[in-house]
Amino acid sequence: MMENVVIRTVSRLAVPFIQIFALYVIVHGASGAGGGFQGGVVFAASFILMIIAFGMANVRRRIDNRGIMWLSVIGIATYAGIGFLALLMAGNFLEYAAIEAALGIPHLHGILIDLVEAGIGIAVMASMVSIIYDIAGNGEESS
Amino acid sequence: MTIINHVPVLLVAIPIIASLLILAAGWYDRRFCYPIALITILSQFVASIAILLQVLDGGTIHYHLGNWAPPLGIELVIDSFNGFILVAILLLAAATIIYARRSVEKEIAPDKIVSFYVLFQLLVTGLVGMTITGDIFNLYVFLEISSIAAYTLIASSRKPHSYVASFNYLILGSIAAGFILLGIGNLYVATGTLNMAELAVMLPASYHLATIHSAFLFLMIGFSIKVAFFPLHLWLPDAYAESPSAVTVLISTVMAKVSVYALFRILFTVFTTAYIIDSFPVTGFILLMSTVAIVAGAVLAIAQEDLKRMLAYSSVSQIGYIMFALGVANEIALEGGLLHILGHAVMKGCLFMVAGMIIYRMGTSRLSDMKGLSKTMPISCAAFALAGASMIGIPPTIGFMSKYYLVLGAFEAGLWPYAAVLLIGSLLAAIYIWRFIEIAYFGDPHGADHNEEQTQTAEREGPLSMLAPMVGLAILCLLFGIFVEVLMQAVGPAALLLLGGA
Repeated sequence: MMENVVIRTVSRLAVPFIQIFALYVIVHGASGAGGGFQGGVVFAASFILMIIAFGMANVRRRIDNRGIMWLSVIGIATYAGIGFLALLMAGNFLEYAAIEAALGIPHLHGILIDLVEAGIGIAVMASMVSIIYDIAGNGEESS
Repeated sequence: MTIINHVPVLLVAIPIIASLLILAAGWYDRRFCYPIALITILSQFVASIAILLQVLDGGTIHYHLGNWAPPLGIELVIDSFNGFILVAILLLAAATIIYARRSVEKEIAPDKIVSFYVLFQLLVTGLVGMTITGDIFNLYVFLEISSIAAYTLIASSRKPHSYVASFNYLILGSIAAGFILLGIGNLYVATGTLNMAELAVMLPASYHLATIHSAFLFLMIGFSIKVAFFPLHLWLPDAYAESPSAVTVLISTVMAKVSVYALFRILFTVFTTAYIIDSFPVTGFILLMSTVAIVAGAVLAIAQEDLKRMLAYSSVSQIGYIMFALGVANEIALEGGLLHILGHAVMKGCLFMVAGMIIYRMGTSRLSDMKGLSKTMPISCAAFALAGASMIGIPPTIGFMSKYYLVLGAFEAGLWPYAAVLLIGSLLAAIYIWRFIEIAYFGDPHGADHNEEQTQTAEREGPLSMLAPMVGLAILCLLFGIFVEVLMQAVGPAALLLLGGA
């Protein structure tokens, strides 16, 4: 189909930029407006664009339900892992300063915030994509 | 710093991890799901008792997430009020998870069992979070977590009508959440803070503002939908009657009580009695509506032909009793209301477990199919009778004690006609409870059309893992009533706290 050529070419060009922007929003969360939720949604938007342009089957081949499940588990585990690390370092839950003080690395809290934001971003992205799979899919290979 | 200092955050963080573990374990073997959920909820229950004892001993616990002080950061607060609620809901959650295993095997498709336990765990997490948070927006987030889990759980039954029930609840629940969010937004506009304690300090300066009045009404209406306060109860009967038995037990006890808790918390801690009684007098209206709820819920319950639906309407009536305490708003009535939060959770949990057991054995919950049930299921019927007696308010059960305090509170406030309505509500409860007792104990099974089939399917009681929590809760109805002094040690300070003392 002719009109698909335009859509496919444009989305092929746009998707990497959307993803870079998503990563920027996630990393920017440590010092300004932005963060895991927003970045995760933008990242998921790139997958939604791919689904519209290349079809569901194509995207599902790259990232299937099992992959989605693992991504969300990894995302939340990153977040909770750093939270519990702070507990181990005698701080409160998610107290970055406690980890920084215990390990003696200056400015570590900035990296930790980025890690936590990345974890949130991965989990949000995975959940958004799984919602799209469930809504746009025809019901097969669900759960 | 020992581990006990971190129990507040662990109460929320561990179950979230556990729900992920259940999900991951479910991909390898479905049988791992149940033990993880069981261990998590039981340990939450033990932790909640430890924390309540600590609160009663040493005062309110504040936990600052990330060690950021309250106006900036989010804090978890556990005082005698929500400590008490926390123990009550986790007791019921623990009983439900024990009950759930066999019931779920029967009522839910095998490929959905993994997601059932994940959502079950998330629902409990959300409700625990709602209970212990000290931040009003945090409350909204946990409310959404628990609501979304609940919508999905209600639809997990094999009956097609459960989708309709779930969709109804989804629409009404979303409207409620929208109202609550608007209310929170208005509060934030007026004060610039989302911390509950901070709000309580800053609000009196702007009690005259229309923003605050609209915020109050938004929150009031939103939470009234969530607790199913009488004219806004329409989602409740379907949601309770159509969902799987274990889910019914959980949402009718734990979830309903946490919504009531949130309403109390907003009205008494955020707005304080100065606002709801003097500045924006709303208690009189709540009192009036609660009496309507008590009578209308009970009358509707009498009219039902289905056991679960009857119990659902009875819940509407019993919510009226708790709201009655809110309307009277003096110390004795609030003690009665708090007792009734626990008492109603225990007895309604038991009654719904009996209903679930009957469905497990007979596959029906129509009252007319239960003639002579006491001969085949004597223990279930006895548990129903005991919890039912508590529902009516026969001494020495917990139901009697809570209603006694409510009536005393109404007398103290000089509200004689309203106290009479409480007694009428009890009489009506006696009618609908007696209907089941009469059918189960005095109904003639040989009069039924299909008694051959019935005696075959309903030969014996259900499995022990379903019987034990049911009987346990029935006995608790009695024990709580007899040893009410033990409960009063937690309820007394909680009622004082709500009124701004202590």
